[in-house]
Amino acid sequence: MIILPVLIYYIVFEYLPMYGVVIAFQNFSPRRGIWGSPWVGLQHFESFLSGIYIGRLIRNTLRISLSTLAFGFPAPIILALLMNELRGKAFPRLVQTITYMPHFISMVVLCAMIRDFVQEGGVITEFFTLFGYDGRGMLGKQDLFTPIYVISGIWQGVGWGSIVYLASLTSIDMELYEAARIDGAGRWKQTLHITLPSILPTIIIMFIMRMGNVMSVGHEKVMLLYNEGIYEKADVISTYVYRYGIEQQQYSFSAAVGLFNSVINFVLVIFANALSRKVSETSLW
Amino acid sequence: MSRIRRSRGEQIFNVFNIAFMILLMLACLYPFWYVIMASFSRPTLILGHRGGLLFPLGFSLQAYEAVFANRSIWIGYYNTIIYVVGGTCINIVMTIMGAYYLSRRFAPCKKFVMLLILFTMYFSGGMIPTFLNIRNLGLLDTRWAILLPGAISTFNLIIMRTAFASIDASMEESAMLDGAGHWTIMFRIMLPLAKATVAVLVLYYGVGHWNSWFSAMLYLSNEALKPLQLVLREILIVNSANATQGGGGDADSELLSETIQYATILVATVPILCLYPFLQKYFVKGMMVGALKG
Repeated sequence: MIILPVLIYYIVFEYLPMYGVVIAFQNFSPRRGIWGSPWVGLQHFESFLSGIYIGRLIRNTLRISLSTLAFGFPAPIILALLMNELRGKAFPRLVQTITYMPHFISMVVLCAMIRDFVQEGGVITEFFTLFGYDGRGMLGKQDLFTPIYVISGIWQGVGWGSIVYLASLTSIDMELYEAARIDGAGRWKQTLHITLPSILPTIIIMFIMRMGNVMSVGHEKVMLLYNEGIYEKADVISTYVYRYGIEQQQYSFSAAVGLFNSVINFVLVIFANALSRKVSETSLW
Repeated sequence: MSRIRRSRGEQIFNVFNIAFMILLMLACLYPFWYVIMASFSRPTLILGHRGGLLFPLGFSLQAYEAVFANRSIWIGYYNTIIYVVGGTCINIVMTIMGAYYLSRRFAPCKKFVMLLILFTMYFSGGMIPTFLNIRNLGLLDTRWAILLPGAISTFNLIIMRTAFASIDASMEESAMLDGAGHWTIMFRIMLPLAKATVAVLVLYYGVGHWNSWFSAMLYLSNEALKPLQLVLREILIVNSANATQGGGGDADSELLSETIQYATILVATVPILCLYPFLQKYFVKGMMVGALKG
């Protein structure tokens, strides 16, 4: 049976942890295991929902992910449309090659570079000082965390993200443009009435895939960038789960917080998919 | 229609568009340039320096000497190579097996298996239950903790399945008539025909292993097993955070530490950036496969 190793993998590494989620309803102690730990019902959920951090965690998670969505999602679409307007062969290729490059540096290195550039005296800090910024390290200021997170994400991902849209741009029938030109449509009109509608299905699919992640800000990047001084604006649900679960070993409580988060994510994907099926008849399933 | 009369507005747009692209390219390149220049600078000069750099301040290879003398970086490289090669092999074998099964028209319980697999794309146990699971399995502080979890990416599995499913069914039917079993069909017929997709997935998985540090941080505490990215995190993020918080350390090493960071970034990034021009077209192909079919 060819499928057997695959099934075993899914059961052991995907479904066992899913079963392990029951510890969210227990006072789990590793010594007693899942079978021996006492059940406490929804106690951990209640203490999280009525705790002092839930407000800021949800606010931060939503602020960071919605800003990423609002600015990071359209950026590659716009770049692809602009690249599509470039004439010639060599120049667009050069632009592509160079804008893809940041995608290939690892998250750790990216964050190390960000930290260096926005520290006091760093390249970016000094640049903004020319325009009246006070010159202090930017990651020490809680209000700058989201912009740093979002803009660095765009820097790293915009070129790479545009590939999908460029691919779907090349599949547009050239005759449509010719017909539009004969009807007197300029480039702007052509973009609006031919190009955009043609790549709309791709945009919608990409959007649905992003929607499901609205409540899950990648903990890796936040963990590499934040510091205790700016938790107020930088701490998100997943980093909170990490600190309570792994560092302080409050397994049950942090599992409950994690479960709360995954359930919301799950609902969001279903919702996004249902929405897009209604609006555009494009859906993931 | 190659010579279209362009209106004035379109000409202005073209100029701005090209200018924008040039600025964008500069924005993509300058950070690398800065890091390269800073890494070759004299530590004493860079410490007091503020703002950008076009050329090195002075010239010194001290930082590189320190980096090349740092054993943990080389241990990290060694481990990362093990994880990239070993992990990717496991990934590919598992993904191909799963995809082959799911692409058969008459596989038993196919619907159920598909559902089982797809569900994991939308719901998972989360960080803590996953961590406890790895611990219960006794994988903590072994290389298997890095190699086995994530042995299959469901997304990649679907891409592979689509590639297999698009292969003409008559090929394998005739092979079956000639007495070929599943393994023969898989390796002799399906794989050669889906070579391009396999290549793309090798890259996807490989890069994933190369970049990964978080699971290593969760599961490994033994220095001898840590991958490069985790070592980098300790050198670049943890140490520098301690330094800015006024941590101790003699003046000399503090002086060097700034340029060492830049040199470390380059030592860890240049190999990938050198490979990148050769791999780019496969990646681009992969993005399209994933987007259009997945």
